[in-house]
Amino acid sequence: MEITFEMIDDILIVVLSGELDHHSSEETRDNIDRTYDTFQAKHIILSFEGVTFMDSSGVGLIMGRYNKTRERKGKIAVVGCSEYITRILDLAGIYTIARCFVSREEAVAALDERGEGEIWNA
Amino acid sequence: MERLNRIRLEMLCRSENEALARNIAAVFTAPLDPTVEELTEIKTAVSEAVSNAILHAYGPEKDGPIYLEMEADKTGRITITIEDRGIGIEDVQKAMEPLYTTGDNRERSGMGFTVMESFMDKVQVNSSPGKGTKVTLIKLLDRIHGF
Repeated sequence: MEITFEMIDDILIVVLSGELDHHSSEETRDNIDRTYDTFQAKHIILSFEGVTFMDSSGVGLIMGRYNKTRERKGKIAVVGCSEYITRILDLAGIYTIARCFVSREEAVAALDERGEGEIWNA
Repeated sequence: MERLNRIRLEMLCRSENEALARNIAAVFTAPLDPTVEELTEIKTAVSEAVSNAILHAYGPEKDGPIYLEMEADKTGRITITIEDRGIGIEDVQKAMEPLYTTGDNRERSGMGFTVMESFMDKVQVNSSPGKGTKVTLIKLLDRIHGF
């Protein structure tokens, strides 16, 4: 699993690429949390576009990051979910805690509190 | 039904073997002409079952074997068993409930069995405390449904 990070204002964008299972998710989780703390981010966007395999460990990863962002009154969004990833996330009802966007730009616009009149539905 | 192929693999209880097991499952299934979706479903279910065995079967020492067995017959029925000789599951029905985890606070989603049940045609769990757990996954490739 390869991870790259990007910060836009107080939003940490996490771009995942590779296979996400219980083995790789532990390191991924630690890596995200460390970066989230180091940059004092508020919101997290998880990009799944480059994820070629995911099992239920992805659900745990999102739930855990959701709890982290909540501590800072932040929100979590997911982008680039394939039909197959959506199926797994849907099973766990993840879309009730993490809003799903087609593109990173859309997610950033929705999370950016300076955006005008954006209503958060999640 | 006539057997097409069968494999049995013994592996150590190491999390690296999640990827190994699901990729072997994919390679085993590929000659049977599955759809991409079916292949992904099989990989995911195997990953979940092997992860469960690695995480829970042998306690913190993680010392013991995990067996992966796969069998395919001419109708396109694939039977996969993932077996361990570990601590077993006290209450199988409860373990299979969505969102149930052992609460070892390591961010488990508790969705493993739910994913297996959603992606496979049949999931059966046999377990007895102290003896181990055997998870049987059955997938009927779509071509046998007459498509």
